[in-house]
Amino acid sequence: MSDKAQTPVLQTSHLGIDFGGLTAVDEFNISIAPTEIKGLIGPNGAGKTTIFNLLTKVYQPSRGTILLDGKDTRSMSPVQVNHAGIARTFQNIRLFDQLTVEENVKIGLHDHIKYGMFSGIFRLPSFWKEEKRAHEEALKLLDIFGMADEANVRADSLPYGAQRRLEIVRALATQPKLLLLDEPAAGMNPSETEELMNNIKKIRDEFKIAVMLIEHDMNLVMGICENIVVVNFGKIIAEGTPTQIQNDPQVIEAYLGGRKEED
Amino acid sequence: MDFFKKIKKHTKISFLNYGIVIAFYFIIQVVAMSGHLTNSLKGQLIPIVSYVIMALALNLVVGISGELSLGHAGFMSVGAFSGVVVSMSLAQTIPSTGLRLLCAILVGALLAGIAGVIIGIPVLRLNGDYLAIVTLAFGEIIKNVLNCLYVGMDGAGIHMSFKDTASLNLAADGKILINGPMGATGVTKLSTFMAGTILLIVVLVIIQNLVNSRTGLAIMAIRDNRIAAEASGVPVTKHKLIAFVTSAAIAGAAGALYALNYSTIAPKKFDFNTSILVLVFVVLGGIGNMTGSIIAAALLTILPELLRKFADYRMLIYAIVLIIVMITTNNEKVRAFINGLKKKPKQEEAKNE
Ligand SMILES: Nc1ncnc2c1ncn2[C@@H]1O[C@H](COP(=O)(O)OP(=O)(O)OP(=O)(O)O)[C@@H](O)[C@H]1O
Ligand SMILES: [Mg+2]
Repeated sequence: MSDKAQTPVLQTSHLGIDFGGLTAVDEFNISIAPTEIKGLIGPNGAGKTTIFNLLTKVYQPSRGTILLDGKDTRSMSPVQVNHAGIARTFQNIRLFDQLTVEENVKIGLHDHIKYGMFSGIFRLPSFWKEEKRAHEEALKLLDIFGMADEANVRADSLPYGAQRRLEIVRALATQPKLLLLDEPAAGMNPSETEELMNNIKKIRDEFKIAVMLIEHDMNLVMGICENIVVVNFGKIIAEGTPTQIQNDPQVIEAYLGGRKEED
Repeated sequence: MDFFKKIKKHTKISFLNYGIVIAFYFIIQVVAMSGHLTNSLKGQLIPIVSYVIMALALNLVVGISGELSLGHAGFMSVGAFSGVVVSMSLAQTIPSTGLRLLCAILVGALLAGIAGVIIGIPVLRLNGDYLAIVTLAFGEIIKNVLNCLYVGMDGAGIHMSFKDTASLNLAADGKILINGPMGATGVTKLSTFMAGTILLIVVLVIIQNLVNSRTGLAIMAIRDNRIAAEASGVPVTKHKLIAFVTSAAIAGAAGALYALNYSTIAPKKFDFNTSILVLVFVVLGGIGNMTGSIIAAALLTILPELLRKFADYRMLIYAIVLIIVMITTNNEKVRAFINGLKKKPKQEEAKNE
């Protein structure tokens, strides 16, 4: 409750984007509290990933504003948005395949390792000091998912589930205020999903950050999200607590019910 | 504990490369002392070192940064001709040949680096294979510009013209340094095998330490996945530029070293074929593999000389060696066999997960 009183970490108003004639997202208005876990659900092609791409500036919005911690991100690049506090994972895993697990995390730490190119080339004391710190920090983060043992393995040799977890660790390494997870449980088995749920909660509690996640696994969404936003055809059709969403006739028709019939 | 193990793994490969270079230097010294160094091989020593440096520089762009440059000979020629002008014009001021060579290499690297910035800034902002096209054009343009460049020197200083030698208006004591398509003539040879080896070691230190640092990691991350790198807060253009400009500057240094090994050097020496030749070294040695670049560049530069005896079969043997190098450096099984000790534990570790 006390979260509600603080300024939201993210606030969008009238956010939208068109691809040619197609309006992929329209009138998207949300507000995320600083330590909230928010779910973003909707049928395939509803525009969920596109919303993440707008928030992280992979796409430039056609209209509307995004306030991150009260600051307008209009003129920011994807890199600047990350520095300002949004980190994300991708629906289609995007790791640095030829780098090791630890190096992937170090890329997340890139902006927080403090030595320049010349210190690197000439191996000045700051190189050794900062590399040591980065190494320790990377292992600490990997340990959240029990991945410290795999630090020296090439990222593309990891199993699918572990690749998804590594993406989360890498995102976390950038020290975000808001973590966007695009279908983090996709391809995971039930026990992996269960563990992931606990870890997402743990991350939120330990790092005191907000999380917004896209997910088709309703157990996960209903289990950990405090609030859920439902989109269909690029527009919000419902918003509320898991209980409210589960009983919303519009949602049942557009999404939850529809899925049941498919099954 | 683990931290030092990790650092050691990187360093091991780096030191292997320093070792190869130093060993090569001393083997040549021993062969020379025993009187078995043929004149033709002796003449190839500096070209070998120059091409090894070129291959390392290009591998930084192609292998580490994942961009394609088809005009690296262009940067080499910028370094070559600026190096020649510097060394000739400083002949009176700096009597020490070593110091003059150093100045020539530094200026060559600087100017080639500036050329790299001029090309890199507009092109590397774009996403796509534009660099290949633009560097290809750059290589041709620089060759044609140098073909009509005339530089002379007299008591009043350096004269430059794009017309002919007459319009240089040199005083009676004047000297032509660069003579259009004929290139630089009457150059004092300053390059030595030792200087080349030192330059090669310095280049290795720069490239390997850069690659094994935060900056190099960022460059490789952008190569592997640009969108993820941006989302992780890594500036893309800046890091692509660092790799490209460093590479261009090193190519310039190699150019100066190369040019100051000859009394005459023409712009057509640094044409498209040379760019492709260096690319061949990089591809054959294994993209991103510095050790491979060193070996491929050295072998393929010596080989035509060594095969001179076999006259008729020269190209045949050259082709066979090319194929063997290709198979051994790019075939997973052969490579795993060759550096079995180095790579095997890592692969097994990966499989066990
Ligand atoms: N770059 C683009 N150009 C054109 N259309 C696009 C682009 N990106 C997304 N779209 C369209 O926008 C709509 C929303 O796509 P989006 O990927 O956001 O859906 P989603 O809700 O994430 O679906 P899923 O659950 O399948 O991941 C789709 O119709 C898609 O084809
Ligand atoms: Mg999606």
